[in-house]
Amino acid sequence: MDIRLEAIGHDYGRTEVLRDITLDIPSGRIVCLVGPSGCGKSTLLRLIGGLERPARGRVLMLGEPPADCLNPLTFVFQDFALLPWRTVRGNVALVLEDHRLPPGRMEAVISDVLARTRLSDFAGALPRQLSGGMKQRVAIARALAVNPAVMLMDEPLSALDAQTRELLMDDLVALWTRTPFTAVYVTHNLAEAVRLGHRVAVLSRRPGRIREVVEIDRPLGERGYADADLERIQKHLWGLMRDEARAADEELVDG
Amino acid sequence: MADTAAGMAAAVEVPFRGGGFAPRPKRWVGPATFLALIALAEWGTWAGWISPLTLPRPSAVVETLIALARSGLMFDHLLPSLTRLAVGAALGVGAGIAVGVLIGLFSHLRAALVPLVAALFPIPKIALLPLFVIWFGIDEGSKYALIAFGTFTPTVVATFGAVDNVDRSLIRMGQSFGLSWWSIVRKIVLPGAMPGILSGLRISLAIAIILLVAAEMLGARYGIGAYILEAGALYDLERLFAGVVILSLLGVLTSAAIGALERRLLGWRG
Ligand SMILES: Nc1ncnc2c1ncn2[C@@H]1O[C@H](COP(=O)(O)OP(=O)(O)OP(=O)(O)O)[C@@H](O)[C@H]1O
Ligand SMILES: [Mg+2]
Repeated sequence: MDIRLEAIGHDYGRTEVLRDITLDIPSGRIVCLVGPSGCGKSTLLRLIGGLERPARGRVLMLGEPPADCLNPLTFVFQDFALLPWRTVRGNVALVLEDHRLPPGRMEAVISDVLARTRLSDFAGALPRQLSGGMKQRVAIARALAVNPAVMLMDEPLSALDAQTRELLMDDLVALWTRTPFTAVYVTHNLAEAVRLGHRVAVLSRRPGRIREVVEIDRPLGERGYADADLERIQKHLWGLMRDEARAADEELVDG
Repeated sequence: MADTAAGMAAAVEVPFRGGGFAPRPKRWVGPATFLALIALAEWGTWAGWISPLTLPRPSAVVETLIALARSGLMFDHLLPSLTRLAVGAALGVGAGIAVGVLIGLFSHLRAALVPLVAALFPIPKIALLPLFVIWFGIDEGSKYALIAFGTFTPTVVATFGAVDNVDRSLIRMGQSFGLSWWSIVRKIVLPGAMPGILSGLRISLAIAIILLVAAEMLGARYGIGAYILEAGALYDLERLFAGVVILSLLGVLTSAAIGALERRLLGWRG
């Protein structure tokens, strides 16, 4: 299933937040959204996920979601959004319980996603007992459990320290290599964008427009450290962002 | 070198200024406080610097309690009281939680009911007892109604405050996974509001005990309130205090019960 954004625009009150966003999110690809703070990345993600209605334009789903997909558009939140009163297993079960799966199926799905995120040993732990990186892996396991057509990830790694971030990026690459998933991945971090993105869309400062879409052809599994091509792309992205970021930084928030 | 440096400038250890503000369970302090106060009263009445008209002797109160239990009268008074408390509080707290959650969830209900609750809250419920007697009868009905009404308002206020405080991002998460409305309420809103609801319950149940005694004083043959009123009319301080001790124990027991409930339901807070 592909996603197509057609001339999306959005306002909050009298502030125009997004303007004329047209973008394709092809199946099996990770599309990164980067842009200065406050340019409307999270807003765009909420529009794609149906948590808000766009003021202008349309979000289209093209084609059918996979047959056993329980929730086509699935979020992974920056702050994990785990229920503190449920165990790891219970947090994953939460999103399956409403679907009346055949007996045994739910347990099988939970074991599978916990194994894929290397959490099998922590199924009975409560969120407060987990490190930040593990919490986000639980959130990713929960998203995988509903077999989404598209994952909507809003800065999923930015609440984590640098080492954990690296490890989790490796995890995401491994997950994608095993079974390619479709994702819209919002980030501030250009290193993340060039590491995980097949396509990077750079937004301008508010009102957010698409400044440029950069394609990165190299397969995810082959993107290592100190890769000259990736460095060059990252420099190019930073060049695009720097002026926007500086200008955005000097604007008043309610300007 | 270190010595000379220390010799030149006086070394001062950094003073500790952290700590505190973190209540920890201290099992023995509560009972010890009780025991110390009782021992003081016992000593005072025995030595004579507390006159028997000011305060009965604790040991005499204990004897009265034992006699009361032996004669079976204790049971005759406790059973109706506990029934009234249980029925009234269950009605009031149950309705209060339901209405509080509805206020928390629906803007129209909130706009309609919050001013109403604010108007009802400050009414001394005991003043309405004659009205309840007319509405629900002189027997148990009016007592149930009084206790239910008295626990209802604080429960509503605590509950909708607690629902307001539930993390919105968790609710958005539930919506984003396509959970049904009822699932979101049952699995996200209610557990999230539980800490606030339970601390409201503490207050509600204390109010329930107060109203129970008041109702029994105004019209009952049996019940702890009736027993205390009778003793008071005769200036029988020992029996009066025996009744008061039973009330205090009831208060301590309900508080402990809520504590146990909190440990069970809120264990996840660690
Ligand atoms: N619910 C809302 N009501 C009013 N204004 C909002 C709301 N949500 C976001 N905004 C405003 O819209 C603009 C875009 O916000 P958004 O969160 O989408 O930006 P962002 O690109 O995700 O920023 P960041 O990089 O800091 O996460 C901001 O100026 C923000 O203040
Ligand atoms: Mg954001």
